[in-house]
Amino acid sequence: MTEKSKQPWDTLLACPVCDALYDDPGNKKLVCEDCHAVLAAPERRAGAAMLVLSALTAGLIYGAITLPFLTINRFWMSNDATLIETAFAFEGPLLVLSLAVLALILILPALRLALTFYVTAPLVIGTSPLPGAATAFRWSETLRPWSMAEIFVLGCGVALVKVVALAEVTFGPAFYMFAVAVVLIWVTDRMICRHNVWKGLAHG
Amino acid sequence: MGKRRTAREEGLVGCQRCAKVWPAETPRCGRCGAKLKSRAYKSLGAVWLFWALGLIAYVPANIWPMLETRLLLSSSNDTIIEGALKLFAHGSYGVAAVILLASVVIPLAKFAAIAWLALSVQYRLPSSAKWRHRVYEAVEFIGRWSMIDVFVVAILASLVQFSVLASVTPGPAAFAFALSVILTMLSALSFDSRMIWDLDDEALAGKRNDLTAVEQSAPPQG
Repeated sequence: MTEKSKQPWDTLLACPVCDALYDDPGNKKLVCEDCHAVLAAPERRAGAAMLVLSALTAGLIYGAITLPFLTINRFWMSNDATLIETAFAFEGPLLVLSLAVLALILILPALRLALTFYVTAPLVIGTSPLPGAATAFRWSETLRPWSMAEIFVLGCGVALVKVVALAEVTFGPAFYMFAVAVVLIWVTDRMICRHNVWKGLAHG
Repeated sequence: MGKRRTAREEGLVGCQRCAKVWPAETPRCGRCGAKLKSRAYKSLGAVWLFWALGLIAYVPANIWPMLETRLLLSSSNDTIIEGALKLFAHGSYGVAAVILLASVVIPLAKFAAIAWLALSVQYRLPSSAKWRHRVYEAVEFIGRWSMIDVFVVAILASLVQFSVLASVTPGPAAFAFALSVILTMLSALSFDSRMIWDLDDEALAGKRNDLTAVEQSAPPQG
């Protein structure tokens, strides 16, 4: 590795939210004093546990797609809906909305999971980053606000409250798998120190 | 709160994606590849454009029907507000209140909050720094959650399908509402939050200048 000459600003960090300047905390946690954004959290070391949880989440999402999601009973009839059928509730000219919903609740969360795994797995194992890892991590970060699986799970609860007077709704196994996947996505997201990932990608 | 040090004051620019610091004129972050801008003043144009389009989309979202409900003998095409009023009339006060809050109060408050933050930056509106930070954090947090309405419509429409006895079909308002949420999210994401904190620094510096001005204009003692 060729040692590039260190510039004075290489040891600094600027808060992305409020521009406050800090010295690189090394292996300490750094929370911005002005806006409370977490700039570095090295105790969140993306480790083997994180990779296992990510793989588990992928399995749960697969199950959530294939098994029955919600069942409704009324008029001596029963009607099942899978996760994908739910997204495709908008038909005809509204089909574009169905595609957007599918992306927000399923495709983007799954894509983020895959991108994060691709980026962090080599860092955890200790090998050099895979090609395009920086781009992958950039996309994973950009897509974060657009990944809305947790909002959808809460939406299922709201829908249940709305029809409870009309009909009996039961959650299928896919719903519980999806709900657990949402929690695991939140947990694994919190296990990653973004500062350390970017450092790892730069030095690889 | 003491005087803080910002990257801009030091002639540097911070990367908004990975927090790395570079000399002021660097065009792109050498570590993560993001575009660098000390302050994205020009992005205020994008903030207002998405804001206006979001507000325009919010009008049909409230005028067009959100849900078409067909029961055995009756059928109704309700807008968001009509649906909530009906629930209220049937005695479901709690659900009606939640729907009005999530679909009407929060979206309108979000439009007002983004506009106020943008105007604060453009016209240096006076306000407490703490209040500005709270509003910014609330907008950041709440923006995505408005999409819950669209998801609920999708779930209801896919579930309540009992051939001729009862069915629920989504109305065009669902599309307008989703578009409005996406546009307001883009508006909030275009906003460079660092400009909000600049206002605090300016206010602090302004106070100092006032104090020195008062000292200088004070009549000589004795």
